[in-house]
Amino acid sequence: MRAFGYDIDELVVDHVLLAVVPVVLGLVIALPLGWWAHLSPGARRVLVPLSGALYTIPSLALIVFIPLVLGTPILSPVNVGLTLIIYTVALLVRSVAEALDAVPDTVTTAAVAVGYRPVGLLLGVQLPLAVPVLTAGLRVASVSSFSLVTVGALVGIQSLGTLMTDGFQQDYTAMVATGIVGSILLAFVFDALWLALGRALTPWARARQGV
Amino acid sequence: MTRSPRALLLAALAAVGVLLAGCGGNSDPLATQPAAPSAQGTVRIGSANFTENRLLAEIYATALEQKGVAVERRFGIGSRETYFPALQRGEIDLVPDYTGNLLQFLDPQATATASDQVYQQVGAKLPPNLQLLPQSAAEDKDAVVVTRAFATQNNLTSIEDLTRLCPTVSFGGPPEFQQRPYGIPGLQRLYGCTFKEFRALDAGGPLTVAALRDGTVQAADLFTTDASIPQNDFVVLADPRSNFAAQNVVPVINRAKTSDPRVADTLNQISQRMDTAQLTALNARLAGPDRPDPAQVARDWLNSAGIR
Amino acid sequence: MLGRLVDWFGDPTRWSGSAGIPARVLEHLGYTLLAVAIAAVIALPIGALVGHTRRGGLAVVGVANGLRALPELGVLVLFVLLLGLGLLPPTLALVLLAIPPMLAGAYSGVAGADPGAVDAARGIGMREHQILFGVEIPAAVPLVLGGVRFATLQVIATATIAAYVGLGGLGRYIIDGFAVRDFPQMLGGALIVAVLSVVVELVLQTLGRLVTPGPDRLRLPSARREPAPTPAPIPSREARP
Repeated sequence: MRAFGYDIDELVVDHVLLAVVPVVLGLVIALPLGWWAHLSPGARRVLVPLSGALYTIPSLALIVFIPLVLGTPILSPVNVGLTLIIYTVALLVRSVAEALDAVPDTVTTAAVAVGYRPVGLLLGVQLPLAVPVLTAGLRVASVSSFSLVTVGALVGIQSLGTLMTDGFQQDYTAMVATGIVGSILLAFVFDALWLALGRALTPWARARQGV
Repeated sequence: MTRSPRALLLAALAAVGVLLAGCGGNSDPLATQPAAPSAQGTVRIGSANFTENRLLAEIYATALEQKGVAVERRFGIGSRETYFPALQRGEIDLVPDYTGNLLQFLDPQATATASDQVYQQVGAKLPPNLQLLPQSAAEDKDAVVVTRAFATQNNLTSIEDLTRLCPTVSFGGPPEFQQRPYGIPGLQRLYGCTFKEFRALDAGGPLTVAALRDGTVQAADLFTTDASIPQNDFVVLADPRSNFAAQNVVPVINRAKTSDPRVADTLNQISQRMDTAQLTALNARLAGPDRPDPAQVARDWLNSAGIR
Repeated sequence: MLGRLVDWFGDPTRWSGSAGIPARVLEHLGYTLLAVAIAAVIALPIGALVGHTRRGGLAVVGVANGLRALPELGVLVLFVLLLGLGLLPPTLALVLLAIPPMLAGAYSGVAGADPGAVDAARGIGMREHQILFGVEIPAAVPLVLGGVRFATLQVIATATIAAYVGLGGLGRYIIDGFAVRDFPQMLGGALIVAVLSVVVELVLQTLGRLVTPGPDRLRLPSARREPAPTPAPIPSREARP
């Protein structure tokens, strides 16, 4: 599909990749960090405020500093991707720790009693029980990621944000509006996906509701 | 444009690896360092973040594609301070640029203002991996612009006339205008003009036009080929002391990409056929109420110029 | 790089005048305060009312999530194209950003008030508005403050975009620095934003402790644990009947 002089399909694909890949990677990084914060009060005292501070760095500044620190190419989408990974980790570390905290002691004690070791306990018992809280955190990270990807357009990284910056330059309201609506729709589609995924991973919750 | 999802994913994964390893990196991103080379023969075309430059880049891209050259479009990168380092590092291969501003970017002390002289000096000062192709007669200069009413009321035709008013005038332009040699420093040096304030807006975009129209600023930096100047009946002030150097459109290209003779031939044809009046008309068409697709405008112009 | 950053901060002209750091910080705080105040006036009453009546909760959650999905940059330029220059477009964009956390905080705080206490209040003949103001809102204070704090921090980080459409604030350093690739200026701007966020967070936490009813207010800072987080949005399995 072509509109406003752009291949919209391509912008959509770029937008989705740039928004989703970092969120997934961010979750992968946040899980062990969150687990560590859950186990160690000392780690938590450092990790939670640190991730809060990371979240306050303006996105444009992060996008421009990453090449400065890591030597990545200036025009690389990786700069936007890494920025979003940082925000996702910042958002999720605390969620993960709190999700694990919320698993009742009786459950963990029972699991340990039947022979679960720490890693097995995490993967086999605590994480599955934490899925609902994790899903909630992931959804927030995902929605804001879809919105933040658009900032990359300021430095020439393509996404639906390109319609916003270029539409602005051309004083073209319909083009800007298309970018906004598209970005929101994509965010909603993936929000529904995460929700469905979370439900699929917790069949017992549905069974209970059915009772 | 082709950007494979897998490549992006791999790049992201690699980047995470680097991050996790805690590696520090290069502390100066402007330092020349090798970027991933483009696929053999593919010309990666960049552009600045304003409409005319994007259109010129699109004209280059369309014409090269028609000749069978593979291209990749990287448009809207930002100001010269951003796209030029990318060009230098080989992240992009070709941009449509403007001689005068490019010269001052390469050498802030440069004083040449005449077209040929500027062109020659740019060629001499360009990094060795880059090459200047022949310039076009088409020119798009920065200019100090005021509203018709303000010009009439204060009897203004040139920047010299503005000098006595400067301490009461708010001036609007893109953020980079505040520091560039031909910007606020140049107006101060050549015309002794110190404005009441500088408002950082955008590069010849809707902010600057709106600010000039509604009186937020009394004078502004716009481009001479900008369709908004005739549309709003703005007045371009003459520049008798040549603060703004000649600004001919010129393709700047990575030397490695000139081995294919089709590339330079095509770009030279475009530069030969383009002139200032046509460029102004193209801008006006892009800003028209029917909002044509820039790719279509580029194709139409290439057809009318007999380049195919 | 670090040296250039120190130079940037050390330049005496950086500390005075309309483009100096104090002026930019004040502008930035001004935009933030304006947006958060307007958003609070809109979001807190609606959230509290919906939480009290327990009707329309789904709609509130839906609206809050919908607003979160708005791409801030796009919304900002759209408002500028529609409304023109000035303070209004960026303020509106920031208000939309600040509403969801405050709406959610007010709603979940009021709705989450101890049902036993609410029933008891109703039992002793308190009117609905008395229940709302006397029982539910005091119980909601921690969550409301959490929402206000989160909203404020988000607005501080995002108010930088006001500079993209020609206004001031700390974003000026980031946008101007970006235009000429002046990294010390960008880094300086980002650092000030981060420091400002931390300071505002501390101030709001202290204020929060002072106005929170109950034993929490007596807790000394050194003894304080991480402020009670938003209760996990998913009820634990034990809580279900």
